[in-house]
Amino acid sequence: MMRILSGDSPKSAVLAVLLALILLALAFAPFLFPGSRSLETAARICIFIVLVASYDLLLGYGGIVSFAHTMFFGMGAYGVAIATARMGTSYPSLALGALAGMATAGVVALLIALLSLRVRAIFFAMITLAIASAVAVLVSQLSTITGGEDGMNIRIPRELTPAFRLGEVMGTGINGKILNYYLVFFCCLGLFLLMLRIVNSPFGRVLLAIRENAFRAEAIGYRVVLYRALATCLSAMIAALAGSLFAIWLRYVGPATTLGMEIMMDILLIVVIGGMGTMYGAVVGTAIFVLAQNYLKELMGGVSEATSALPLVPDLLSPDRWLLWLGVLFILSVYFFPTGIVGRLRGTR
Amino acid sequence: MTDSAPTHTPTMTKLPLAERLRPWLPVLLVPVLIVVGYLIIPSSSSWLTLTVSGLAMGMMIFVIASGMTLVFGLMDVINFGHGAFISFGAFVGTTVLLALGQMTGAPSLLLNLLAIAGAVLAAMIVTGGMGWAFERVIVRPVYGSHLKQILVTMGGLIVAEQLIYVIWGGHEIVIARPETLKGAITFAGAALEKYRLVAVAVGLIVFLGLRLVLRRTKLGLIVRAGVENPEMVQALGYNITRVFVGVFIAGSALAGLGGVMWALYQEVITAHMGNEIMILVFIVVIIGGLGSVEGCFIGALTVGLVQNYAAFMEPKLALISNIALMVAILMWRPMGMVPVVKAK
Repeated sequence: MMRILSGDSPKSAVLAVLLALILLALAFAPFLFPGSRSLETAARICIFIVLVASYDLLLGYGGIVSFAHTMFFGMGAYGVAIATARMGTSYPSLALGALAGMATAGVVALLIALLSLRVRAIFFAMITLAIASAVAVLVSQLSTITGGEDGMNIRIPRELTPAFRLGEVMGTGINGKILNYYLVFFCCLGLFLLMLRIVNSPFGRVLLAIRENAFRAEAIGYRVVLYRALATCLSAMIAALAGSLFAIWLRYVGPATTLGMEIMMDILLIVVIGGMGTMYGAVVGTAIFVLAQNYLKELMGGVSEATSALPLVPDLLSPDRWLLWLGVLFILSVYFFPTGIVGRLRGTR
Repeated sequence: MTDSAPTHTPTMTKLPLAERLRPWLPVLLVPVLIVVGYLIIPSSSSWLTLTVSGLAMGMMIFVIASGMTLVFGLMDVINFGHGAFISFGAFVGTTVLLALGQMTGAPSLLLNLLAIAGAVLAAMIVTGGMGWAFERVIVRPVYGSHLKQILVTMGGLIVAEQLIYVIWGGHEIVIARPETLKGAITFAGAALEKYRLVAVAVGLIVFLGLRLVLRRTKLGLIVRAGVENPEMVQALGYNITRVFVGVFIAGSALAGLGGVMWALYQEVITAHMGNEIMILVFIVVIIGGLGSVEGCFIGALTVGLVQNYAAFMEPKLALISNIALMVAILMWRPMGMVPVVKAK
């Protein structure tokens, strides 16, 4: 068990139970929560866990703030979309698209890293923000390649679509959609364990050392720029893979679902609230966040209507303004719980 | 034998031209760019139009970016929430202008300018106050940690942007320019929008004013010294924190001014307009050299010109051209065009 987790135990009984619950719920989601909306939610949680964890690799372990993570996510998604559109629907074209997206993400990440990290780490945040928004504009303009604002529908092999039926298990009809879900689930599980392996390797330790004191790490003899650039590439490539899975799952890719600044904000919020520098923070944070996004908004809508007689209050509480409260929560958690939920549960500050 | 000192007259070898030119290269960038634009753009009247609109855009970006770069230079604080001040300034200014509809609608230059002055004043007071609150509540606890600054100011940006939705609603607001600033004048066969000329003038005034304050007054001396070595200034008995708060407020107010200018330039405002402008501001601040007002000025004009020329030659290249410009300049001068020397 510890070998699978790369020796990084949850170190807290509550956290361990929480993680086990999330794992079980996701593993048996099609049987526990039948219905397409809950399956959709479960798949989104799986993919976002990987996406957020790959961001945590950069932010929590590398100490680098990037705003281009959705760009890499989108590269993977568009890689699959373009490959299937050009080469026809087949497993090799899916795999090739994912690989091409991953390779592009890696190369672009390396270039950005070498350009900005060489000078000062703080440039990285600004440069990634500028480049990511330029790419988002470009994607919506190059409509002949990317489908523009409308995005692209993806035709995936028949075995992964609801039209493909296999029979029944425990009263639930097994169809291609469920196979597709398990493809997503196991890929995400594998990627997450891989990242856990990376951060607990000697490489991960050096990253932590650099985060704590870059100057000292350099003095000990580690090439800080090299390690940071490598972390950037790794995180970008894993984000691209998550993007490919997302595209295969949704069978659609568009600027709003993959490249939007809102998604970047979501990732940032989840990492900080879940706990920076703890891979498990991504799991707990994503599960809570996605569930809250889906169900808390309804609650806010109810409260907003109940208070509609008061001035300004219903506006502040309307479900569209949930980002406002999330922003406040975000600022408070950076000040008071910089280690997030996981850090709290582990009892460290 | 008497040994007298050998007579010799030391001569300073004149530095070769290239060496003497080197520090001035960034300053020359803007005129060179304008000349290049003249060469590649076929018609000289459209070149003139583009140059003026490029300069106008550059000036507006400069007004916004100058505060941010000074804040960074002085206290090593990077404010990702600067965009919120732009949006708030634009919304407050627009609200005032809409309320003063009779003054903006009248065909009298004086009344129009008074209305704009009122809008600008209101916007600057509000954003200045916001800047003060922002510094107090959000930035103060995270001095010294860039990572937390970026995260926290980003959080502040989210909250501020959502507050705009709460106060003004989610839809965009259309704002017409005052009567006498509508339309264009024709000069040498080129149509020059009046408002752009006004924007250039305002930007120049802000730049010269900033330079005057920074170079000629005691306050400016303290600020410049603070950029180079804050501890020393502190040790000499000046309260650097108070100076810093002042600069932060002034910078936020300038962003508010920029927001009003931009609102009248685009004639439509949205809650996320600040974010879109911030992308250009970041590029400008990086290529200018973080902390340098002069670099910021040159960078802003360069970005404005390149954007307008590129948009004319190939519309899809407009935003990419700025990224390319940033990459090129970072390869040429990794710390930006006018790097700030830190005594540390």
